[in-house]
Amino acid sequence: MTAAEDVTIEDERELVTFRVGDQDFCIDIIHVREIRGWTPATVLPHAPDYVLGVINLRGAIVPIVDLARRLGLPKTDLGDRHVIVIAVVAEQTVGFLVDAVADIIGVAPKLIQPTPDITAQTTRMFIQGVIALEQRMLRLIDISAVLPPLVKEASA
Amino acid sequence: MSTLNDIRQMFFQECEELLEALDDGLELLRDSLDDGQEMDLETINAVFRSVHSIKGGAAAFGLEALVRFAHRFETTLDDLRAGRLPLTSDVLEVCLRAADQLAELVAAGRDDRDVAADAGAAVIEKLAALSDTKIVTEAEEDSYVPVPMSFDPLPLEFGSVADDGPLTLRFQAQKRLFTNGNDPVHLFRELSVLGQIKVQIDPKSVPEFDQLDPTDCALSWLILMETSEPVESIWEVFDFVDGLCTLEIDTPKDASALPSSSQTHVPLPDAGLSASAAAPEVSRLDPIGTGSEVSLGAQRPESQSPVPEKSAKSETCAGAATAKATVRVDLDQVDRLINVVGELVINQAVLTQCIKAAEIPMTTGLSASLDEFMALAREIQEGVMAIRAQSVKPLFQRMARIAREAADLAGKSVRFETEGEATEVDKTVIERLVDPLTHIIRNAVDHGLETEEQRRAAGKTDIGTVTLRAAHRSGRVLIDVTDNGAGINRRRVLSIAIEKGLVPPDVVLSDPEIDKLLFLPGFSTAPTVTDLSGRGVGMDVVRSAIQKLGGRINITSTSGAGTTMSISLPLTLAVLDGMVVDVAGQTMVVPIATIVETIRPVPGDLHRLAGGMTVVSVRDRFIPIVDLGYVFQFRDDPSTSTDLVYLLVESDHEQMWALAVDRIHDQRQVVIKGLEGNYGHVTGVAAATILGDGKVALIIDPEEAVQRTPSDMPPPTSPRIEENRQ
Repeated sequence: MTAAEDVTIEDERELVTFRVGDQDFCIDIIHVREIRGWTPATVLPHAPDYVLGVINLRGAIVPIVDLARRLGLPKTDLGDRHVIVIAVVAEQTVGFLVDAVADIIGVAPKLIQPTPDITAQTTRMFIQGVIALEQRMLRLIDISAVLPPLVKEASA
Repeated sequence: MSTLNDIRQMFFQECEELLEALDDGLELLRDSLDDGQEMDLETINAVFRSVHSIKGGAAAFGLEALVRFAHRFETTLDDLRAGRLPLTSDVLEVCLRAADQLAELVAAGRDDRDVAADAGAAVIEKLAALSDTKIVTEAEEDSYVPVPMSFDPLPLEFGSVADDGPLTLRFQAQKRLFTNGNDPVHLFRELSVLGQIKVQIDPKSVPEFDQLDPTDCALSWLILMETSEPVESIWEVFDFVDGLCTLEIDTPKDASALPSSSQTHVPLPDAGLSASAAAPEVSRLDPIGTGSEVSLGAQRPESQSPVPEKSAKSETCAGAATAKATVRVDLDQVDRLINVVGELVINQAVLTQCIKAAEIPMTTGLSASLDEFMALAREIQEGVMAIRAQSVKPLFQRMARIAREAADLAGKSVRFETEGEATEVDKTVIERLVDPLTHIIRNAVDHGLETEEQRRAAGKTDIGTVTLRAAHRSGRVLIDVTDNGAGINRRRVLSIAIEKGLVPPDVVLSDPEIDKLLFLPGFSTAPTVTDLSGRGVGMDVVRSAIQKLGGRINITSTSGAGTTMSISLPLTLAVLDGMVVDVAGQTMVVPIATIVETIRPVPGDLHRLAGGMTVVSVRDRFIPIVDLGYVFQFRDDPSTSTDLVYLLVESDHEQMWALAVDRIHDQRQVVIKGLEGNYGHVTGVAAATILGDGKVALIIDPEEAVQRTPSDMPPPTSPRIEENRQ
């Protein structure tokens, strides 16, 4: 999508960082609408295993994606301490289940390194780049790639 | 500029209503003709008024082609209402075509399309031909003229007026004419349509400069006109400024002594002059409506209004009763209102639940207020929904036009019938039905119906019939297009599908399955690419358009007897009455409208069939059981125990199913929330809703859910052929 192009003109990209599994990830703050605690979702039949179901977000029906499962990590063991990051991409609103939200940081675009080439297929699909931060590696998620594909209107 | 655009837009909106009224009227006339009844003068008048109003508006916007055509049409209608032309089916046919052409010209005007110079020439010719055959019974004419005048030119044939020399019109505008947005130049332009005119300005009543009122028009005009039209047509040009001007018309006979701008002019019939100047307000309040025609009819002695004064009065009453006052509202505003009302309904459920949770004792006062709140919320909701709902009539009328057009192109005669025009459907649904229905109807005329010779050979009536039907059923709207043609040639359909590689050559398909092949992308059976079909748009496009609306399309066909396309659509896109049930621990909602009854069978009622299928016997009928928990994969194996509750549902094709659920919780009204926007379509699920506790529950689409019965169960039996087919 064009999200990346939209922000390159900015001096710094603001990113929301969070933990999934034991790894650090981040997404552009532009896409984040709100962060809320986990509430049980209503199961959707015939859904892929990373779709936990749908919740009511002030009258809107929002699907919840287990980000760990989506990224090919082990399934999240659900607990009250988990957090849902509500993201809006184009017209689609989706909630992502993460372990915990860590911080909001500003990163100069030049600090975002290309994803190392050795990674697996799923990683290449979902990770836009990596950022070195205090001995840790932050993985920048391509938000449009992790969205559940709209049934019958598959995103190109 | 924008205001002019607004007015223009308003005009075209009104045109749509007028065209609808026109179609209505013609339809009524056809009915009465079919029944052998006398034609109803009121109806003819209504038809006439519609055309006339369109003409008037069109003139104001300089749509000359439209004016010219409307005028010709109007003349024929006038002959009809005056009894000069008898109403026969041929005449009516021409009128219907003329109405189509009129709609076409209106559309061209709206879209600023250029109209070919000869547009409608064929229809005009037909109309002219009709006028030639008209009969003039002078005695009858006389009895209609309230004040017979010696100079009355009307009983004469067209053209006779011109022989006697030019007409002289004296026109003076009052101040109000301009403040009401009229302009003499439009009137003159319209006059020029009727014949050659020469306009002279008469400045003699312009006052001295110091007495001049700059907002008033002191000029008067003198118009010399060569026309073959009756004087009445000229009066009609000034219909809309009636009471806003003074107009005198000298007919040549009368003015033969005064060739042109003679001063010694004796005003024509006093009544005509002064009465029109002092016309009651009402004619101006309703410039395009019904009022003006009536008041004029009574005031103009020289107009040969066929309606005597008495019946003119009753016409006013009838007009008032039928013409409802309407308000045009931006659709977005209605939608916003619907959303808020939806929240209100959810909120009411939450409130009820909160009171229950807080264990507040239900005093009579509290429960009564709560009930009242619920009733009000429901009433508001129904009211708001009704705003969005529209009858399918305009859609059907448009389709009638399409059918006639298709019939002309295909060279077939087609009788187009409609049923259930009053069925109301959400506006959005109606709008989005236009394209698919157009296609289906063209198909029915082009492919469905045989040629006249083929029909005769098959022992059928020469004229094929295409019927468009709408009805409410099980909370959905059913729209059927039926033709009484040859039915689907299944052998050909199959061979084409094989030829195009859509199915393997050795496939064995049942008849309904072959019929469904028509919906495959890239399928077209037209042996020759005609003007109508074969535009690269196949039935697959129709099907996907219907599915986007949450609808389904089915095809049934009987060889030699015809084909029916049935479309089933949701009634509204906002609310439904649902039964809240428990399915393997999940709360789900089944639309109540689809549920015929609920049963809790005893063990002896359940019978196993081969293939792992179970049926339940209900009053000696065996109904297949579908376990929703299994369909939705909440359970690994279908459960058919008697602990479950069975909801008998009826599909669109009268096939019964028993949906097994664990428990019934409640019945309530739920607000439909789309899943499509954020997630997509889930098979067997129509939408979602939010329950009183704020949780999301899925609304089941029973039809789709039973279709998704796992493959070890036999496919549902083919839909029954409707009984009313021959």
